[in-house]
Amino acid sequence: MAREKRDFLLAGVGGQGTILASDILVEVGLASGYDVKKSEVHGMAQRGGSVESQVRWGDKVYSPTIESGTADFLIGFEMLEAARWVDFVKPGADVIVNRYRIAPPSVNSGEARYPEEVDITRLLETRAGRVMWVDATKEASALGNAALAGVILLGLLAAELEMEAQVWLTVIERLVPPRFVQLNLDAFRLGFGMVR
Amino acid sequence: MKKLLSGNEAIAYGAYEAGCRFAVGYPGTPSTEILQNFVKYPGVYGEWAPNEKVALDVAVGMSFAIERAFVTMKHVGLNVASDSLFSAVHTGVRGGLMVVTADDPGHHSSQNEQDNRQYGKFAKLPVIEPADSAEAAAYVAAAMDVSERWSTPVLFRSTTRLSHSRSPVEYPETLEVRGAPHERVKYVREPSKQIPLPVNARRMHREIEQRLLDIAAWAETSPLNRIEPGDTRLGIVASGMAYQYAREVFPDATFLKIGLAYPLPRQLFHALAGMVDRVVVIEELDPFYEEHIRLLGIDVVGKDVFPLCGEFSVEVVRRSAVEGGLLDSAGGNGSHAVRSSVRSSAAGAATSTAVAESPASETATVDIPLPPRPPMLCPGCSHRGVFYVLQRLRAVVFGDIGCYTLGALPPLNATHTCGPMGASVGMAHGVDKVGVKDRTVAVIGDSTFFHSGMAPLVNIVTNGGVSTTIVVDNSVTAMTGHQTNPGTGRTLMGQESPAIHIENVAKALGCQKVDVIDPYDLKNTRKVLTDHLDSETPSVVIVRAPCILHTRERHPAPVVDTDICDACGQCLHIGCAPIMNRGDHVEIDALLCVGCDYCVEVCTKGAIVSRRATEEGGA
Repeated sequence: MAREKRDFLLAGVGGQGTILASDILVEVGLASGYDVKKSEVHGMAQRGGSVESQVRWGDKVYSPTIESGTADFLIGFEMLEAARWVDFVKPGADVIVNRYRIAPPSVNSGEARYPEEVDITRLLETRAGRVMWVDATKEASALGNAALAGVILLGLLAAELEMEAQVWLTVIERLVPPRFVQLNLDAFRLGFGMVR
Repeated sequence: MKKLLSGNEAIAYGAYEAGCRFAVGYPGTPSTEILQNFVKYPGVYGEWAPNEKVALDVAVGMSFAIERAFVTMKHVGLNVASDSLFSAVHTGVRGGLMVVTADDPGHHSSQNEQDNRQYGKFAKLPVIEPADSAEAAAYVAAAMDVSERWSTPVLFRSTTRLSHSRSPVEYPETLEVRGAPHERVKYVREPSKQIPLPVNARRMHREIEQRLLDIAAWAETSPLNRIEPGDTRLGIVASGMAYQYAREVFPDATFLKIGLAYPLPRQLFHALAGMVDRVVVIEELDPFYEEHIRLLGIDVVGKDVFPLCGEFSVEVVRRSAVEGGLLDSAGGNGSHAVRSSVRSSAAGAATSTAVAESPASETATVDIPLPPRPPMLCPGCSHRGVFYVLQRLRAVVFGDIGCYTLGALPPLNATHTCGPMGASVGMAHGVDKVGVKDRTVAVIGDSTFFHSGMAPLVNIVTNGGVSTTIVVDNSVTAMTGHQTNPGTGRTLMGQESPAIHIENVAKALGCQKVDVIDPYDLKNTRKVLTDHLDSETPSVVIVRAPCILHTRERHPAPVVDTDICDACGQCLHIGCAPIMNRGDHVEIDALLCVGCDYCVEVCTKGAIVSRRATEEGGA
């Protein structure tokens, strides 16, 4: 039976863990019986620049990148980066944003201003059906490691997708280094429990 | 089982499955991970060469010794290796020889976006181009077969999107372990085939031309090229990633999917033209297939509709198709609007979220300026100190290829040219010879110095030059992800090897004035650089400090005394991400900071206080 396609865009700043999160996401798609593809760009972008990963689930996926204006989900690891990709999502898409700021150089030097949360929400709402703000980095730091923010966001996404947690937990156990598995499972469950 | 592999992982797996046990390369995005993944397979051997030309020569030797071998590089690396490529086409091969070129449409991490399919025509060798990871794995075996059947190297073309995207590949539950490399191999001498003296080369040229005709005949029926029947109004010719984008935009059209990009078939194109109303070529970068098809007398839609420059995407193909009248804007497979993207690139210019060229279906727009987030030198990077000093000395800096190219960006603005690998040293000498009396200096990294910085240094010495060369030496090839190089003291296979010290090389090449300095000591860096820049002899300064991203060295972040700090901006000039301007003082983000203390050194007011002394047990 044909299933609805699911296109996910993960946006953040180099070093925030978007690659691991997108690896988990694409493996979950494969384990759930979808055809899948994933795209990311390495190199210059890793040096603290904007980074983005794209994950696609579908009956048959051709392009590894999503067509602008058609992404079903935007997962922003950082507020400004979420805003930067707003035109990539389809009207009515779900947007999950980590309430976390990393100031770019022009903001640090005082030449530019970091947009206010209320303005970013306004911008995202021009296309998104729903904007969910999460203090993922704060929650992750409380768990003991800010890098767990991505897995918290995935937990929330999994709940939003109304999927069973088990397939995600199995993939996380497989992809994460053994000594970090328990922390990551805890982080996922934390995010999973956030949806009402 | 299905396993998700990146294009690069798939090429490595395909090579192993094709019985290839030897590989050589030089790191370069997006090709680097091919070799790194290949050496994880049992019983294989791989090495990083100091440059792509050496890599290809080594692989040719492996092929001459009757082993299948491959060599990996980014697209511009093939320019460096091109002399050897042309030669190998003449001498032919014994063991299969595959040259992997990873092209970079869209300039994700390169200085140009040259289309290396053109090398097929220029150097006269077959070019194979896969379109996803499964094809990448399978086509390596085809490349090896073609190479051995026609005694020719084969060019294997990937692109950034293929190399760095993941898709499913059929993968064995348990890997079949192949034999270890031979202990003793006897060389089979055949000089008339392996020495392109004119007397032999004239014959070789005729053989090459015949070989191309033979492969072109095979291309008519080769499984690498396939017609996918569909709606006969449009017949689309495409390969690689462009095929995937075109498939989404034209799900029902007839396709001629090209896997053998050169030499191209003739009958197959005529067959396609006979089946459909209109032939459309959708190819990234150059009109490579289009020119061939036009020469066959077939009318096509191509670069008159689809862009010559930049990376394709589904939206680029759709927008072009709509504008070119090949598709209704509301038609195709989606009712969504075709819109132009407004997000800034990673290296990007300033952007706003104003939506351009939106059709009427768009919702309201909100116009908020979004500050760009360009890549920058890492917090704690040793290069920062060198560029800070050079900026203070008002030096004219001839830069090179590596992380340190980022020294050109604000607020450092300390690099004024960047040529191809190794160009800095030759360029500085040229400028000096003309009589420019500014303080001029070449800045080159350790790996780039070994790649192609040594010959221009010899040139300075032998031609009475006076230029200064700074080698920023972190003893690893950092930009591409910390690969080993001749200065590292370790090989790709993880063996210890003699580390070659650049100060010894510089002295051996005839430079009398050579110093090694620690860049974190800014006062001494300034003193030594001033001395070298003002001296009238060829000189080399080796700035040695490990890559902080590699060693993960960390110290406590310094603290700002807000009573003293008046936000004068001195520390902001070093362009370090954790230092934030809070209006009347600066603040240092302790999470991002690695405690290099450059800011402590540049603060003239003593407002930034080091906390290294508080470290337990020291550093």
